[in-house]
Amino acid sequence: MFDRDKWQEIFSTISKNKLRTFLTSLGVFWGIFMLIFLLGMGKGLENGVYKDFDFKATNIMYVNTYKTSIPYNGYKAGRYIRMTTDDLEAVKQNIAEVDKIAPRNDIGARAINYGEKRAEYSVRGEGTELINLESNTLKEGRFINQKDLDESRKVVAIGTTVKEILFGEEEAIGKHVLISGVDFQVIGIYGPLRKKEWTKRDMESVTIPLTTLDKTFGAGNKIDWFICSAKPGTSVSVMEDKVRALIKERHHVAPSDAQAINGFNLEKQYKQITALFLGIKLFLWFVGIGTLIAGIVGVSNIMLIIVKERTKEIGIRKALGATPGSIINMILTESVFITALSGYLGLVFATFIIGGLDKIMEMNDLSPENFYNPEVNLSVGIGAIVTLIIAGVIAGLIPALQAARVNPVIALKDE
Amino acid sequence: MIKLTNIHKSYSTEFTNLHVLKGIDLHIKQGEFVSIMGSSGSGKSTLLNILGILDGYDEGEYYLNGNLIKNNSQVEAAGYRNNLIGFVFQSFNLLGFKTAKENVALPLYYQKVPRKERQERALEYLEQVGLREWADHFPNQMSGGQQQRVAIARALISNPKVLLADEPTGALDSKTSEDVMNIFKEVNDQGITIIIVTHEQEVAEKTNRIIRVSDGNIISTDVKQNSHI
Repeated sequence: MFDRDKWQEIFSTISKNKLRTFLTSLGVFWGIFMLIFLLGMGKGLENGVYKDFDFKATNIMYVNTYKTSIPYNGYKAGRYIRMTTDDLEAVKQNIAEVDKIAPRNDIGARAINYGEKRAEYSVRGEGTELINLESNTLKEGRFINQKDLDESRKVVAIGTTVKEILFGEEEAIGKHVLISGVDFQVIGIYGPLRKKEWTKRDMESVTIPLTTLDKTFGAGNKIDWFICSAKPGTSVSVMEDKVRALIKERHHVAPSDAQAINGFNLEKQYKQITALFLGIKLFLWFVGIGTLIAGIVGVSNIMLIIVKERTKEIGIRKALGATPGSIINMILTESVFITALSGYLGLVFATFIIGGLDKIMEMNDLSPENFYNPEVNLSVGIGAIVTLIIAGVIAGLIPALQAARVNPVIALKDE
Repeated sequence: MIKLTNIHKSYSTEFTNLHVLKGIDLHIKQGEFVSIMGSSGSGKSTLLNILGILDGYDEGEYYLNGNLIKNNSQVEAAGYRNNLIGFVFQSFNLLGFKTAKENVALPLYYQKVPRKERQERALEYLEQVGLREWADHFPNQMSGGQQQRVAIARALISNPKVLLADEPTGALDSKTSEDVMNIFKEVNDQGITIIIVTHEQEVAEKTNRIIRVSDGNIISTDVKQNSHI
């Protein structure tokens, strides 16, 4: 491949026609730049949306309850359905797809005292798993464990805002607080993965074992809602139907009642968003490749002119014993060289701009709605390079074949 | 060396059929120094193109160095041109962006000779035409006579059996023409067959045999004795 004479010739033709070569390269440069830039921006959009979609797991469903809309089995419509821990037990026993169950019961705002300080925050009862499935994360200490539940211990994990207000800079873990006058020991601090408008609720809450909530505050095994995760390899949507049917049956709700037992399935949403971005990505590829093709046509056009200009030279070479193959090789190499180099520059430039944008956003802590961390995948970069080389070959093919067909007799005719 | 039997060639356009060569029979032995003369349109250039395998023919047979040259593929033709034939043109046809040395070395590039050896042999052949000092000059820095000598060195470097020259002195003044003809003479003395197409009587008379072509036929092949100039 590396052949000094060939490269010498390529450089000499390029340097003889600097402006023309530059304008030619500009087409491919711009094509690749647009392709990479668009894909990077698309990725930013995608990252922005997925960032808002911040659940730790996507194979989960929510179940909550509302009032019935259809009379059934002698019960009137408009009856509120209340789930209890018995329902959880039944779900766990009867539905094979269910992996983990994480309930919550929120009993609303209660007075919380630490020494002289007093504030009101909502009190939640939970099991061990919710923190692993939802968007909250443990910042310090530990979360509720099985032993806490079994022994109905008086322990509490607190939200980050609660910690700030009650403890300030002071260490909170191990300290005791009073919740509605009952003594609890702080075991951990939790907060959202990323701050959002709606995560305030989590930051301004405290969480105690569900069993403790029942015993101490008389919540009576009631739960507000729960999350179920599906076992690996099973469908959340299938599980959702089974879980809802079971809960309906247990609470004498008509199977056709759409509002009493609500299911909310992340899989469906996730799939929708994934499909949306696949569409956006395809569109961006379409636009980018279109621009690139325009660039390739430009290169091809210019190579045709080059071949025309070099007809005499090609004729001389043929008279001296150049085979058609060696002529094709010469023109193709030149074409691939121009496209690959200018495309590579476009790739570098686009990556640089996207990287710069990302850095600027990060430095100034800018986070516009739905846009975050634009990036270019390695695979896209490699794909672009491969596309470029193929593009160069395509751009050079017609001119090269034209060159190979040059008739030395005509080419060498003296004017 | 070269044997043409009943060669016919015609060019067809949409409206006319031009019969350029009308049954050429020609035999040129190894080591001959021959000129082909004729007025323009006589078919002499076409004949040279066929001899140089730059063009094909319609009828007859052409043997070059024992090989039948007929309907060859482009690759075969390129191979014959590269190994058996050297070309010298009226307008020199050097590549402007290459130095004298690189121009001379070019045929060896197509023989896949290593770069270093190409350079060395190119210098040797430049020496032979008296232009070693000009090896690194570009064609536009040289006179017409010098350029034609570079072209001759390029034609010789692949060690051809036949040197074909198309009006090699057509663009040169009489003094440099004579220099160039002397070089041809020296080359011929080494045993290389030389065929020159020309319309200049003085040039033709330097050769040992004059073939006159008119209207697509050979009208005479005079073998000259060294008696008169």
